[in-house]
Amino acid sequence: MTNSDYITGTYTLCDLEIPRVDTRWTATDLWGTLKVRWSFGRMDYKVKPGLYAVGSPDRQSLVFVSANYKLSFDHLRRALEGMNAWILVINTRGINVWCAAGKGIFSTKEVVRRIRIDHLDQVVDHRRLILPQLSATGVAAHQVQKMTGFSVLFGPVKAADIKVFVEAGLKATEKMRTVTFPLKERLKVIPVDIFYGTHYLILIPALFFLLSGLSSGGYSFEMALQHGWKAVVNLFAGYLTGCAVTPALLPWIPFRRFSLKGLLMGFVTATLLLITGSFGTHPIEILAWFLMTAGLSSFMAMNFTGSSTFTSISGVQKEMKVALPVQIALVAVGLALWIASLFITL
Amino acid sequence: MNGFVYLTDVVTLELDAAKCNGCRMCTRVCPHAVFEIKDRKAFIRNRDHCMECGACALNCVTGAITVRSGVGCAAGILNGLIRGTEPTCDCSSSGSCC
Repeated sequence: MTNSDYITGTYTLCDLEIPRVDTRWTATDLWGTLKVRWSFGRMDYKVKPGLYAVGSPDRQSLVFVSANYKLSFDHLRRALEGMNAWILVINTRGINVWCAAGKGIFSTKEVVRRIRIDHLDQVVDHRRLILPQLSATGVAAHQVQKMTGFSVLFGPVKAADIKVFVEAGLKATEKMRTVTFPLKERLKVIPVDIFYGTHYLILIPALFFLLSGLSSGGYSFEMALQHGWKAVVNLFAGYLTGCAVTPALLPWIPFRRFSLKGLLMGFVTATLLLITGSFGTHPIEILAWFLMTAGLSSFMAMNFTGSSTFTSISGVQKEMKVALPVQIALVAVGLALWIASLFITL
Repeated sequence: MNGFVYLTDVVTLELDAAKCNGCRMCTRVCPHAVFEIKDRKAFIRNRDHCMECGACALNCVTGAITVRSGVGCAAGILNGLIRGTEPTCDCSSSGSCC
């Protein structure tokens, strides 16, 4: 559990003592956000599930439901600035609203369970909950009502629109209901994809570096020092083209399939590397790097479907059926050619 | 969202207009404005914008909407392939996840 300096004290309503939260972000919250955006401690950035008070809510105040991923919770409490409201945090095992709903963790069952655990029917007089729209993938509003008597109202996609939503009489416009994926949002999710490779990000380049010392004349560590860094640069260039450059430029790259977007960008990067001399001068080595860069970039770009906000499972399966074998072949043939190029002097 | 339409003619979304009671719930939960209400019935206006998240089907009281929903995520599908299960982004063991 992360530290909880967002709790400013205890709010008492009749006999109930409920933690009261600050709507402002502190430096700790900002730092935490930055860390999880870069994948550090992302799987353990949690808030304790339960009921929280914002301002001085009473029995008529609105109840907003959130996931217990701290970033989800932080966005919600910040959006409630100046309001008197309740926040009901359900246990989504520290996963954000949309992903948790997709996995069936932000579910009808969990919402119902939380309402009962926190005796919400004894805290408020009304019978209405506001859930983030994206939780609808896991929560059936009519089922919650049937089981608890609380009617579910799906709010806007973004917490930042809550104020306008409330002022408009709990009505969201179509714009507030639609998920977009502008550059700013894409840049936010790219860092996590960069760390997709985890420890292989060090292991594989290190292996290439060491292998660079091989030749028909035996092994020379000096040669590895001389040429190995180029292999490392090429690998990272291909990888980053797929998981960072392609996602950033996503809507402007031709093709609909992410794998083709990545393949195209992989060839662009490969051409640049060829011009700068990073592919060396050996024709087999050049071909090898072209194949590996393109294959790697294509795979990583395809992987970005998971971070994107508009790809369907049917589409991704269709795309992968063709793309995955091609990507494996590109990298495998490229690798074989690269090793061969070490031993063949032309 | 121009430039943000994925593959066309692949989604499994189906709407049985005869069962629709015009409650508008699908228009409220869909994150891609796929549905519209006309003459008190829902209809699919942007089929290729559907990402098969399943929110509409789950929240359709009359069961008029069906869709094979799941994670539109290559890593998740790959996970499923490797483990021999349905596509899943439940990658808690590897520590990297959406």
